[in-house]
Amino acid sequence: MEPNEPTNGGAALIRALELEGVEVIFGLPGGAILPVYDPIIDSSIRHVLVRHEQGAGHMAEGYAHVTGKPGVCMVTSGPAATNVVTPLADAYLDSVPMVCITGQVPYAAIGTDAFQECDTTGITMSITKHNYLVSRAEDIPRIVREAFHIATTGRPGPVLIDVPKDIVDPTNARSALDWYWPTDEEVVAGLPGYRPTTKGHPRKIKEAAEMILAAEKPVIYAGGGILKARAADALKELAELTGIPVVTTLMARGAFPDDHELCLGMPGMHGNYTAVMSFQECDLLITLGARFDDRVTGKLDEFASKAKVIHADIDPAELGKNRTPDVPIVGDARLIIEELVSNIRSMLEGGRTQADITSWRSTLSGWQEKHPLHYDQPVAGERLKPQFVLETLRDNTPSDTIVCSGVGQHQMWTSQYWHFNHPYTWVNSGGLGTMGFSVPAAIGAKVAFPDRMVWAVDGDGCFQMTAQELVTASVEKIPVKIAILNNSYLGMVRQWQEMFYEERYSEVFLSQDVPDYKMWAESMGCAGFRVDSPEEVLPTIQKANEINDRPVVIDFRTDAAEKVFPMVASGRSNSEVMVHPSQVAGIGER
Amino acid sequence: MPGIYNTTPSGSGKPVRHHTLVVLVENQPGVLARVAGLFARRGFNIYSLAVAPTDDDERFSRITIVVDVESSPLEQITKQLFKLINVVKISELDPADSVERELMIATVKADPSVRSQVIELVDVFKGSVIDVGFDELSIAVNGDPDKLDDVEELLRPYGIVELQRTGRVALPKLERTPPRLKSLQNRSA
Repeated sequence: MEPNEPTNGGAALIRALELEGVEVIFGLPGGAILPVYDPIIDSSIRHVLVRHEQGAGHMAEGYAHVTGKPGVCMVTSGPAATNVVTPLADAYLDSVPMVCITGQVPYAAIGTDAFQECDTTGITMSITKHNYLVSRAEDIPRIVREAFHIATTGRPGPVLIDVPKDIVDPTNARSALDWYWPTDEEVVAGLPGYRPTTKGHPRKIKEAAEMILAAEKPVIYAGGGILKARAADALKELAELTGIPVVTTLMARGAFPDDHELCLGMPGMHGNYTAVMSFQECDLLITLGARFDDRVTGKLDEFASKAKVIHADIDPAELGKNRTPDVPIVGDARLIIEELVSNIRSMLEGGRTQADITSWRSTLSGWQEKHPLHYDQPVAGERLKPQFVLETLRDNTPSDTIVCSGVGQHQMWTSQYWHFNHPYTWVNSGGLGTMGFSVPAAIGAKVAFPDRMVWAVDGDGCFQMTAQELVTASVEKIPVKIAILNNSYLGMVRQWQEMFYEERYSEVFLSQDVPDYKMWAESMGCAGFRVDSPEEVLPTIQKANEINDRPVVIDFRTDAAEKVFPMVASGRSNSEVMVHPSQVAGIGER
Repeated sequence: MPGIYNTTPSGSGKPVRHHTLVVLVENQPGVLARVAGLFARRGFNIYSLAVAPTDDDERFSRITIVVDVESSPLEQITKQLFKLINVVKISELDPADSVERELMIATVKADPSVRSQVIELVDVFKGSVIDVGFDELSIAVNGDPDKLDDVEELLRPYGIVELQRTGRVALPKLERTPPRLKSLQNRSA
């Protein structure tokens, strides 16, 4: 398409996506978006036809999580738009770059309760970083460029473009425009209110460097921002330069290698004892791209109460939102960490010494020895221990395997028991906690990296929410692998009812035998297995690993009584962390 | 609603701190909904709102918002407001350091026997009569919110039929010290 070449809104929209480097669109057509689907036939962009629009949204997220590139989904108006509301909210809370295109009724019909009309921009206003209702075809190239710019810069997030049918329909005069493609400068000039700060303030960085060298009990609190900023290498350099241990939040698993001696693992409600207590006892919390989420802090007043706080985040609204920092730094995590490293390095070269942290390090390793993750080995004849299944899966898959999960017990166990040694190998729904996330997210990740192994670890409750996308995966030849940790329950809710509602189980039992997951998987074109005994776990995983022509589903029958430990009860202080019952005697000896 | 602006509302007993936010936005459809939505989502009531284009090509509008919240949530909401793509600039104005204006128009009972008294009252406040009926007058007064509260109170005994006040607009107070003197003061400080 040449500059000033006459074209129409639909063709211009697809051309704009091509120019933004989009490789794949996840979507499902319908009335209002029909004119945009016609040019897709001639486009270089792959389209993955989903079975439910929620699937399209989560696939776009999965793609974005593992590539760092914006995921793109496209659906029609009304119910299709409301079906992507969940993925948009999910992407918003987890800062996932995503561009969502929705059809809309013709411009003149907006507000008339037309067929399949809903106020998409109104509904999604509070769950998108920004959204657009396109009113003129000539705005399309500019809006698409702006949308990608906004979605991928600053704190990333979802951007929605709502496109009325008349302005993309070549048979309608309102769809006419002369093609143009705005330059980067024009895009920036067109957004006078959007100027994300990327470079940290030098004086604040210097102050932070001073504090880091002076701290006797420092710990790095690394959040999802490390991954968003591609700052994993910088983080490793900072940790190794200073010997300061690193805690990786649920959103940052893989941002620092689990097998590194300085890695303490996951903090929070189901974090391991050492990570949780390192926050409680530290004298300096070096917060990088994290946001003091309630699932991390527990009772906020008693969180890290002895610590001074350095808080670096690209979103100024996060600084002081939950915890007032002593040193706030606004900017990109990678740039800030690199500056910290160079500051510290030159201070050390100039003769400054770092405070002695060996006693702190030995306290931490003492906790690690005393309170490792633990589960009881199964008694013969009992159902499988979910942790055993995860360990077997972990030890029999390549180290760059991409692991996706839904939300609940299986998610926490996966985060706890997997060894994430590479960034961008962990895909999950952290902020919104969207059950049903894993199957479509795994499909999106596998589309991005067809040559890598992608395993979704799912619960039976989650699986039933979005399993239909395995039809998509079969038909589109996207061979993902699904391990269902099937305990017949909504397991996390069951755990809370057991622990906090006097074992009164209300509406958490799903069914012992329905559905038959093996048959269900096979009916969707997947290979299906069911595993009841520990001896079958490894051979079945090995079999699954060898299947590359279709998706695989393994129904692991797990023990419903198994609970996630450690646990900090909701609203309680992190210092009241409950460890596995077998370790209770060890508590208080620290 | 006299006195809701800068004084203690009757009955509540605790002093209320009002904040004025002046928000420069791109003049685009939906931008007011985005701004108002941020307040609504946090359960904050907007007392007063004024919106109008600010420049010749109408690219930008200025939204003046008066809101009654503690300063700590206000700081968070200001940061959240600034995250809106269409928001270009935000200034928070302290009533003590700003000049504020509102316009009030009202229809007042004024039969021929009291008409001149009402006109006199409006004159005192440098207002104007904008419509005259057989036993009613419509008047307009502009000024700072306290002054309008006073007018309202004084008109009430005659019988207010209908009353409207615009949202407040505000500007920061200007510098009154010549630059040379100011630098001298700074040096001595």
